[in-house]
Amino acid sequence: MATDVMAEPVAATGVKIKSELMQQRVRAAQLFLLPMLLALAVVAGWPLLRSIYFSFTDASLNDLDGAQWIGFGNYLRWQTLESGAVRYRGVLADPAWWNAVWNTMRFAVVSVSLEAVLGMGVALVLNAEFRGRGIVRAAILIPWAIPTIVSAKMWSWMLNDQFGILNDLGMRLGLLSQKVAWTATAETAMQAVLVVDIWKTTPFMALLILAGLQMVPKDIYEAADLDGVHPVKQFFRITLPLVRPALMVAIIFRLLDALRIFDLIYVLTPNSSATKTMSVLARENLFDFDKFSYGSAMSTLLFLIIAILTILYIWLGKVRFDGGDR
Amino acid sequence: MKINKLLVGLLTSVTLVASVAQAAELSMVSGDTGTGLAFLRSQLDKFEAETGNTVTVVPMPSSTSDQFGQYKLWLAAGNSDIDVYQTDVIWAPQLADQFLDLTDAAKDVVGQHFPSIIESQTVDGKLVALPAFTDAPALFYRKDLLDKYSKPIPTTWDEMAATAKEIMDAERTAGNAEMYGFVFQGNAYEGLTCNALEWVKSNGGGQIVEADGTISINNPQAAAAIERAASWIGTIAPEGNLAYQEEESRGVWQLGNSVFMRNWPYAYALGAGDDSAVKGLFDVAPLPAGDGEGSGSAATLGGWNVAVSKYSSDPEEAIKLALYLSSTEVQKERAINQSNLPTIEALYDDADVLAASPFMANWKEIFQNAVPRPSAPTKIKYNEVSSLFWSAVHSTLSGNGTAAENLEGLEADLTDLKGDAW
Repeated sequence: MATDVMAEPVAATGVKIKSELMQQRVRAAQLFLLPMLLALAVVAGWPLLRSIYFSFTDASLNDLDGAQWIGFGNYLRWQTLESGAVRYRGVLADPAWWNAVWNTMRFAVVSVSLEAVLGMGVALVLNAEFRGRGIVRAAILIPWAIPTIVSAKMWSWMLNDQFGILNDLGMRLGLLSQKVAWTATAETAMQAVLVVDIWKTTPFMALLILAGLQMVPKDIYEAADLDGVHPVKQFFRITLPLVRPALMVAIIFRLLDALRIFDLIYVLTPNSSATKTMSVLARENLFDFDKFSYGSAMSTLLFLIIAILTILYIWLGKVRFDGGDR
Repeated sequence: MKINKLLVGLLTSVTLVASVAQAAELSMVSGDTGTGLAFLRSQLDKFEAETGNTVTVVPMPSSTSDQFGQYKLWLAAGNSDIDVYQTDVIWAPQLADQFLDLTDAAKDVVGQHFPSIIESQTVDGKLVALPAFTDAPALFYRKDLLDKYSKPIPTTWDEMAATAKEIMDAERTAGNAEMYGFVFQGNAYEGLTCNALEWVKSNGGGQIVEADGTISINNPQAAAAIERAASWIGTIAPEGNLAYQEEESRGVWQLGNSVFMRNWPYAYALGAGDDSAVKGLFDVAPLPAGDGEGSGSAATLGGWNVAVSKYSSDPEEAIKLALYLSSTEVQKERAINQSNLPTIEALYDDADVLAASPFMANWKEIFQNAVPRPSAPTKIKYNEVSSLFWSAVHSTLSGNGTAAENLEGLEADLTDLKGDAW
């Protein structure tokens, strides 16, 4: 890997498989892949297809087998009223859905950007040689290791307006003039969710970036130092371009995660329209309301949105998952 | 360890089979507040001793909305792991298909319960669940503080707000900076629907959707009632009240930091406990009324029931458990230990019950006039109706739009949702 980063572009991948040995290897690989592909088809492929199917029906959770095909009605349908006005219905005409899309996008962009910047900072610190580095590296992973539900519940108590430690500290230190209900008001609810998410996933980001940083050979910096290049310039001209592949992969992992954010919001601010994301809304329609097919349509759209964004990101960012550069 | 357990299990089951003809392993789900689960366990232990069955309790979150989503999913999947469900009074029409008809099993005992409660659990002639306890909220007030400032128990919301403000300000000046006037359930969830229904109904503003299915919520009296509640936030109630459910409001109250609280009777027993800062300092009264035509104290009808899943692998024993949990014996224990209101009329005159929870004597009347949530007319769409209603109210309380604007939008949404018929 380390040489990959520095070496000329990896040999073109489209080389024709000629040798018999190579063919044998490919067959063996296919055989080994088969169980995993089968498992994926059963646990991911089948439910996905079923969700998509239900989104074109009038299924109700009480009677899934009696679902009737209704076409695109759950996505968009319209009727012309007697007055001549046209009424649009369906997920695509639902303001609650677009509010959720906006919330999710805002959450994903803000959280992932901040996590990338903070994660880079943490990774740079951890990359430096100092005593006890191993312990610090392990310790910083703790927020990531705690299950989200547990940390969300923990934060919801810390953020509580009457008994929460944040308000208590703020009041004692004189930072707050009165207790703030962080998760209750629309203005602070999203910020509270963002803070918790950033606290939780920055270590993950830092770890992935750190892996990239450690592949950067030390001799480049030595050469740069000899030439008297300013450390800031070294960062932007050497470090950043060289960790870029690792960073891009880290960002896409987090982006996928952030777009389907559910647990944190479900625990912290379950019914606030200021934080309701696509997943939370889809669940509500699927199970709480008697709108299984409508919720399936939302899930399908969520899947499409994530798929399109991922493809765009990989294409525009020229991301390579093999660790090679461009 | 595992093998040992297995052996023990095998041996016990063998002995049980030998001694009791049909020993079943049942599981029931229950979400509860305070010490409800511990109490349930103590009652189940008796049941186990009597019948030789074992009952596992699967604990669930205390929020009724959270429980409902999970139960609906399990039932839709035909899950046979859970035999007995503890169900909210509003669920019967939505889950009726998935539960067994208890009419025959309970024909000897239904007469003991209040007819209105049995009726609320009957869907198209099918008795979906047996009542375990009923619930109607009250105004909890601090006797000591009302005496100190020589104030009467408020009977209208405005009087309550004025008293709360005066006492709160005086107490704060006296150095009690944490003091508030009133706490209620203001989070956007089913509890807010209950609270807001009381404000609206007590102000003569109807009950959201009337029994015949008419959408009545968009009226000036309802708007005035919700505006009044919005004026409490940040004045007599903390800002954070917008995120409170039952347990958060009880937390503030039980630390002695509020003059009034709207809550269910379960908070009575807990508030009178030894670790409570308000022990002996409080009492309960009917909720205040609004003003204008048709106003009067209103309490949302709550309550929990036990239903038997139709996917249960041992329905006979499961029905026995449901009957046991709704029996006079358990309801009496419940009334004494948990201050839950019995659904059996005779228990309101029981000396032991009245000694433990003297307030219950007044309750019979309160809850006979209780207002049901519109779950019967809106049928399977109730959850969405409730969600639209609490969202509109929560927006108003948070200052997003006036009550009149939000209720107008709500009416339009409800009309859309209703379509041709509920």
